[in-house]
Amino acid sequence: MLTLECPYCSIQADETELHAGGEAHLKRETVGSLDNDFEDYLFMRENPKGVHFERWRHVAGCGKWFHAARCTMTLEVFGTYSAQTLAPPKDLREKISTKRPGWTWRAFS
Amino acid sequence: MKRYSVFAIAREAMRQHAGWPRAWASPTPKAKYDVVIVGAGGHGLATAYYLGKNFGITNVAVIEKGWLGGGNTGRNTTIIRSNYLQDPSAAIYEKSRSLYETMSQDLNYNVMFSPRGVIMLAQTHHEVRGYQRTAHANALQGVKTEFISPARVKQLVPIMNIDGPRYPVLGGLWQARGGTARHDAVAWGYARACSDMGMDIIQQCEVTNVLTDGGKVTGVETSKGKILCDKLGGVVAGHSSALAEMAGFQLPMESVALQALVSEPIKPCMDVVVMANTVHGYMSQSDKGEMVIGGGTDGYNNYTQRGSFHHIEETVRALIETFPMISRLKMLRQWGGIVDVTGDRSPILTKTPVEGMFMNCGWGTGGFKAIPGSGWAMAELMANGHSPLTEEFSMNRFRAGKFIDESVAAGVAH
Repeated sequence: MLTLECPYCSIQADETELHAGGEAHLKRETVGSLDNDFEDYLFMRENPKGVHFERWRHVAGCGKWFHAARCTMTLEVFGTYSAQTLAPPKDLREKISTKRPGWTWRAFS
Repeated sequence: MKRYSVFAIAREAMRQHAGWPRAWASPTPKAKYDVVIVGAGGHGLATAYYLGKNFGITNVAVIEKGWLGGGNTGRNTTIIRSNYLQDPSAAIYEKSRSLYETMSQDLNYNVMFSPRGVIMLAQTHHEVRGYQRTAHANALQGVKTEFISPARVKQLVPIMNIDGPRYPVLGGLWQARGGTARHDAVAWGYARACSDMGMDIIQQCEVTNVLTDGGKVTGVETSKGKILCDKLGGVVAGHSSALAEMAGFQLPMESVALQALVSEPIKPCMDVVVMANTVHGYMSQSDKGEMVIGGGTDGYNNYTQRGSFHHIEETVRALIETFPMISRLKMLRQWGGIVDVTGDRSPILTKTPVEGMFMNCGWGTGGFKAIPGSGWAMAELMANGHSPLTEEFSMNRFRAGKFIDESVAAGVAH
């Protein structure tokens, strides 16, 4: 059972309490955006084999969206953080770099 | 290739079965091939087979990281059907289903195709309307299906409880020539036929990089050295994004785990395949007597080939109202595969931004049934640069907004 800490409730939440929301830190496109950018935003995904930043919602708890950094190869959870941010926090990125030297994920690595 | 036949069995029986040759060779890779296919699962091997059979291209290598058919080909619930709603889907899946009909004869390998019939249960009024629409669409597409009454469903599947309080059975979409086949045999049969045509099947050879020159593919770097090629086909299911990244482009795709399970073996009790899409469960009985059960995917990106146990629990719980007798069965084993799910839940058979490189992926939760049709179409695409079966499945459809709106029609279950 995947367990993530909800950064709002500060409790360990089982996967059954949560809902996965897909890739995090997508740049939202809007009226006037180019077709290619819309395609990237709506459909193109990093889908890495390794470090993945993703959205989760604490549906059976506080109901808030938050972000998680997780390894898709081992299911190891590196940490969770607030959704009110455009990039993963620096300390989390450093922690990941220690554990997975050379990881890549857009401009965040 | 020594043909398999009743005479061959008789001959070998006389000499302690000492004369059976290996079904396929395990050669060391050559420096260069006309075509390299990455991925020796069903789709990859079928692609290679039809390149040889339909287009005479036999200087082909099929490269496999693990072992032949050890990925999703050996991890599915072996269901074959073609009762899709949209024309492009019906065309490729029906092509596939029709190829399954003659596959054993074509490959001289018994793939145990069992056209026992597939019912997709309508358990809500919405589903009744949806499946009636699909039956009408199928009639126009030349796919033989019909919408049947609850009484007929009960007649076909006596063990089913059609009066469930929560999800009563209100009818079903019945495809009499759908069914199952032996999944491993499909891969083995294609591998044997490919090897016989002189193709090289190279197992335990991981692709580590895609080599390009001026935007054109020139080969692949592998754990067994560099292998050059004129054309490259990526047929790697859940690892398609990883292969695309090596070639420098992205795919509209996410990899998630899909699980299935079998019960302990019991006496024959159900001779059709039943899919219940409202509750996300599907079931058939294997020749060994096990009830083969599958459900929906896990919700999060995953490359580990194992999933969350609560999904197994949900699937079984969902099926128990409709099949009360399975509540007393023990689970024998459970497994997971990594499926490549696209933005519109339909596959991608496409040219890519890299000239000479093609991708066949995105079959998601329903790839097994598509193996021969997918290989047929992909071979045509790779040989000719276009195929009527793949036109609508280009990766550019997402930019153009030309989705194949099939995920609702197909439900989650495949």
